[in-house]
Amino acid sequence: MPMLEIDNLSVSLDLPAGPLHAVRDVSLSLDRGESLGIVGESGSGKSMSALALMRLLPRRAGMTADAMRFDGTELTRVDEATFARDYLGPKLGMIFQEPMTSLNPVYRIGRQLTEASVRSGKLSASAARERAIELLDRVGIPEPRARMAQYPHQLSGGQRQRVMIAMALMMEPDLLIADEPTTALDVTVQAQIMELLADLRREMGMGMILITHDLAVVARNVDRVAVMYGGEVVESGAAASVLRQPRHPYTRALLGAIPRTDGPVRKLEAIPGTVPSLYARPRSCVFAPRCAQARPECTASRPPVQGDADHWRRCVLADAELRAAQQAPEVIERARTGAAETALEARGVSRVFQSRKGLFGPPHEIRAVDNVDLSVHRGEILALVGESGSGKSTLARMLLGLDAPTSGEILLDGIPVSDMAPMDRAGRVQPIFQDPYSSLNPRRTLAEIIARPLALRGEGDAGARRRKAREMMELVRLPDRLLHSYPSQLSGGQRQRVAIARALVTDPRMLVCDEPTSALDVSVQAQILNLLSELQRDLGLTCLLITHDMAVVHQIATRVAVMLNGQLIETGLAEDVLVRPQTTYTRRLLAAAPRFEHDEAASEDMAP
Amino acid sequence: MSLTRTTPAQTDPTQPLAAESAAEATQRTPEALPPTPRRLALTRARGHGGLLIGGTIIALLVLVAIFAPLLAPHDPFAQSLSARMLPPVWAEGGNPEYLLGTDQNGRDYLSRLIYGARISLMIGLGAACIGMVIGVTLGVIAGYFGGWIDHAVSFLLTAQLALPGLLLAMALVFIIGPSVWVVICIVGVLHWTYYLVVTRAATQRIRSLDFVAAARAAGASPGQVIRHEILPNLVSAIIVIFTFELGIAILAESSLSFLGVGIQPPMPSWGLMIAEGKQAMFYRPWLVVLPGLCLFALVIGANLLGDGLRDVTSPDGRN
Repeated sequence: MPMLEIDNLSVSLDLPAGPLHAVRDVSLSLDRGESLGIVGESGSGKSMSALALMRLLPRRAGMTADAMRFDGTELTRVDEATFARDYLGPKLGMIFQEPMTSLNPVYRIGRQLTEASVRSGKLSASAARERAIELLDRVGIPEPRARMAQYPHQLSGGQRQRVMIAMALMMEPDLLIADEPTTALDVTVQAQIMELLADLRREMGMGMILITHDLAVVARNVDRVAVMYGGEVVESGAAASVLRQPRHPYTRALLGAIPRTDGPVRKLEAIPGTVPSLYARPRSCVFAPRCAQARPECTASRPPVQGDADHWRRCVLADAELRAAQQAPEVIERARTGAAETALEARGVSRVFQSRKGLFGPPHEIRAVDNVDLSVHRGEILALVGESGSGKSTLARMLLGLDAPTSGEILLDGIPVSDMAPMDRAGRVQPIFQDPYSSLNPRRTLAEIIARPLALRGEGDAGARRRKAREMMELVRLPDRLLHSYPSQLSGGQRQRVAIARALVTDPRMLVCDEPTSALDVSVQAQILNLLSELQRDLGLTCLLITHDMAVVHQIATRVAVMLNGQLIETGLAEDVLVRPQTTYTRRLLAAAPRFEHDEAASEDMAP
Repeated sequence: MSLTRTTPAQTDPTQPLAAESAAEATQRTPEALPPTPRRLALTRARGHGGLLIGGTIIALLVLVAIFAPLLAPHDPFAQSLSARMLPPVWAEGGNPEYLLGTDQNGRDYLSRLIYGARISLMIGLGAACIGMVIGVTLGVIAGYFGGWIDHAVSFLLTAQLALPGLLLAMALVFIIGPSVWVVICIVGVLHWTYYLVVTRAATQRIRSLDFVAAARAAGASPGQVIRHEILPNLVSAIIVIFTFELGIAILAESSLSFLGVGIQPPMPSWGLMIAEGKQAMFYRPWLVVLPGLCLFALVIGANLLGDGLRDVTSPDGRN
């Protein structure tokens, strides 16, 4: 008998626009010690399913389920008090995405770790303390005894996530639910945390539900996979089978949208459109509007479930039809350095931040950028790679003129940036930021946002600017009718297009993109990456791309520069650095990058 | 429907049109855009009881103030010694000609209350506006530029908070000489701290957002960034404080008038009317109760309106 069995779980959220069906008829089961990956893009309902199981749904959400059994007990009939005492903790543990906010900042680590087990009477205070120290040691926190007395802000993000894991393990749960446990962390830390979770699971015989948007993470770490889309499970089965021989067009498209870290660069298979929000129970296939193989029957009724318990999908297409549509995407040229002309040059640039503790405390120096020499050639995409805190964003701010270097000089087209008038500089280099949710003024319409740089320069009259805004929207493939809508009405990918349109409206020759896709879903990331490389090719733009993702580097960069602790440690052509990294740090970054093996043999099996 | 086809694949001929129209029926997004922020606020406003009640009270009082000459049954200054201290019409000895009775000088109380709404609203709005200009200017500048400017403004704020406001206002009015405009200015100049605290914090937050960095990278000067990017995002917060300060300023005027340094007789102000009625309070309670009720309604209305606006315009939309 499976340890956990969920039958036809549905969750709906009461929103001002009407009830949103976040999860519909999801059935899952999990054996003791087994691990299940729930994969899906944002808005697919994967987290809601887990929160429903944990009874942590937001206040406006309601859930129904035909059955929800844990070890044979029907959970829907267990009352709140019993559930909180007997299930949350000892049977079900959970790790959240955001390590920065999931620990209480005013209590010491030790108290937070031991509180639950002491209060429930499971362990005495001293026993709990011993176990907490043992667990901190086990999750790889150095000097665990000393750490017990520290506060969360004294730990790094990776350490906090380790503490969260230790906290979940204090009660020795039978099932651990990890909701995007590594998304907020650096790549090298991500790999360590995933390994740690896998080891712990084996040791303790725990079941695990791993919720993630990252197929590469799932590929390495779970036994079975359920792919969710639009609140439904569209394909499910053994991990190897689902990921090597995807049988649902969505899973296939999702796999095709992941950039790879080796081999020839192929155009990413972007899935058009965005993940839907369903306000009514669908009477058709949820993926049909975005599916390249949709046909009339897809929208006439809900598609049937095909396949066996080991690998099933909810799709009308037979295996043969799936195969027919399979084709390898075109190989694309990477941007080349045409001329040796230098577009941007940083000479011995340093940025030192000074801070004091209190008004009269001793001054404290942080060298965010330390003596960096960097040049970007005209027409190339230079990827600046490094982990958070490596100084890459500070360097970008200085290149944009938002910050001034403490020492050293930045030359744009041979002219020092410090001597340039703001308007002159703005006409040469424009930024694209990471977070599309904060990079657009929520109080302005798209037309105003895109035309604003022109208005600042006093170019043209209102009509001419409006026309130019329309042109730019067409360039980034946004429909015309969005011209007068507000950013809050758009999805993340659409917002990022608006940001790109705004950056290009003044015809700059260079773009500085700070993690332009890391806040986006894989399918949308593919759209944006394709768009960026097309624009770069068609307009001959020079691009400085800041990223932590080696696959993105492989996909579009001409050259790579690697930063560590404010210093540039390696530069070179993308293909050289990715294949033959010179420094240990670059090698570590590459090894840690979650990669998905696009197995050629498997695709051939599908398309003979 | 074109929204879902924003990549090159949009021209893919294999996609049947039937699929799209049927899907549209079940999926409201992204085919139909989510409502604009303004429409969302309007929808919320319709279901918000406090906002509707507060808005109605304020709207009524504003109308009364504007149309006072038409509404008032008598001249508010006309004295009639034969009809002094008449009770309201529902009390024993009431005269139907004076619906709410008369005061010590035989002036019609209803007319005086109606004209009093003019004074109270004028002072409330005027003082809240002056406070807004001072507070928002200082708050945005401190929040945007930070550094020593922020320190200086914060010092000013601390100094202002340490001053006993009513006492200072009394002293100032006493020195300058009381008139409606002096009272408006002094009450306004003493009530800007909430604006400053809120706009300073909000500006600091907005300043760190990427759209401000984008504007700066596009060559915008600090003034352009503040006007175009920051102020529009402060509007809803400012409106909420404005309604709150409106109530505070009206109460401050009433206190000054009650203490004899605010509006001078024979001008009808609610605070002054309470002061004038206080000698006779124990045997003619309505002289104090009626203007008190008016003040209460105005301040409650302003606060309900402000709270309602905050709920309706906040992104998470509690109501």
